[in-house]
Amino acid sequence: MVDTPLLEARHVTFGYGREPVVEDVDLAIHPRDFLAVIGPNGGGKTTLVKILLGLLTPWSGEVVSRFAAGRKGRLGYVPQFSTFDKSFPLRVSEVVLMGKLGSRGLLRLYTKSDRAELAAVLARLDLSRLARAHVSEISGGQLQRVLIARAVLSDPEILFLDEPTASIDAESRQVLTELLQDLNRSIPIVVITHDVTSIAPMVQHIACINRRLWYHAGGELDQAMLEEVYGCPVEMVTHGVAHRVLHDHHHDHPNH
Amino acid sequence: MHSLLDALSYELMRNAVLAGVLAAVLCGVVGPFVVVKRLAFLSDGISHAAFGGMGVCFYFGLDPLLGAVAVALGCALTLGMLDTEAIRSYDAIIGVLWAVGLAVGIVFVYKTPGYAPNLMTYLFGNILLVSRHELGVLAVLAGSVLLILALFFKGIVAVAFDEVFARVQGAPVRLLMVLLLTMIALSVVILIQVVGIILVVALLTIPPVICLMFLKDLRSVILGSVLLGVGMTLGGLTLSYLYDLPSGPAIILLGAAVLLAVYLLRKLRGGAPKLLPDLRG
Repeated sequence: MVDTPLLEARHVTFGYGREPVVEDVDLAIHPRDFLAVIGPNGGGKTTLVKILLGLLTPWSGEVVSRFAAGRKGRLGYVPQFSTFDKSFPLRVSEVVLMGKLGSRGLLRLYTKSDRAELAAVLARLDLSRLARAHVSEISGGQLQRVLIARAVLSDPEILFLDEPTASIDAESRQVLTELLQDLNRSIPIVVITHDVTSIAPMVQHIACINRRLWYHAGGELDQAMLEEVYGCPVEMVTHGVAHRVLHDHHHDHPNH
Repeated sequence: MHSLLDALSYELMRNAVLAGVLAAVLCGVVGPFVVVKRLAFLSDGISHAAFGGMGVCFYFGLDPLLGAVAVALGCALTLGMLDTEAIRSYDAIIGVLWAVGLAVGIVFVYKTPGYAPNLMTYLFGNILLVSRHELGVLAVLAGSVLLILALFFKGIVAVAFDEVFARVQGAPVRLLMVLLLTMIALSVVILIQVVGIILVVALLTIPPVICLMFLKDLRSVILGSVLLGVGMTLGGLTLSYLYDLPSGPAIILLGAAVLLAVYLLRKLRGGAPKLLPDLRG
């Protein structure tokens, strides 16, 4: 029995100018998936995620969500670069607390229980002692954890992370890995990454996108497929990660 | 000092002081958003566009304050509803609003038969001309701005800080943006009475810029800007009274002097204060 997808893109095409950046993309996110989105720079990874998040409206095709009744259907998003101005006068705790923005009415202030959850999330991401620091005073890796904490606090149905390991130090990476494994017990996680090996043990499926999307259930990845996507020879570096060799592989690959 | 207290026995001076305090409170409340969200150009545009409404009202013998409010709110709604990502040049649209508003205002004032109001009064403000009736309108406008912020503080801060995240959270970003711009528009109209169209943006930006050098959370920046703004306005009025200076420029120049002094003091002490918000993404 196949799970019904929580979120599904159907024949989605979108671009910023005249040329589509993503074209005729189908992608389904099932409960408890751990999906890695890979592909070359400019291949449409971030664009695809923004479409799934509803930040961009596709030219054609649709995004369909099926969240359980009584749930708000919030999505968690950890952008690669902070989408805000770090000189804004806010402390770390206030930024993270914005994860609770959508959980109650707009007119309600943050509540005691919001703050209790805030304290728990800060502790979980090892940010408690930075709670009162200004957002411009912390390091890149710490800021990354702040963004993750904010998304986690919103109690999302699906968590999207754009290059979460890019600016993160070894210690943060450990914290992040444990957190993602833990979260993945209840929600699906979608990670855009250049460095699939850093999260490889958790990855169940891989979506390769370079305008078109190739979906690989079971995290299978091989040289030929990567070359197809990237359009040039790629050296596989595995660092001891077991990649199953692809079996039958029928795709309508566009010409490069 | 004696003569200053004497001055307060005139209704004109009392009205001026009250209008100044109202304006300063609004600057403190709205200014930090203008500075951190980089809406100074937009605020200036609304201020100049509002002059169009004032001119038209003059021509038809209506209260110019009404025209200013109508145009300022119109600008706030229009700019708030525009999709900033879809527009190639948001700046240019503000620039057009600015110039067209000013031109319309000047044409209508020029064509107004009989008594021609002094343009300088509107461009540079004359707080001593604020009537009791206007003071009442200003108080209502100020009350509305404070009410909007009090009700929607959480959402407005979130949208001002990170629009993308607010949208992902399902917050009504468009509505909140319109509310923020409405607050700015109403404040601008009030400030026009105090410092005039051209100097509005300085009163909005100087107090928060000073506070942002020291303070780390928004609530303290707002509170600090309110206090600084009140000091700036009352100090400027005093200077204007004592040395027979035009009130608007006196207020702004006092503020600018304080900003410069604070910046230099901080620099001398070895700190390297950031004069303006960091421009890196």
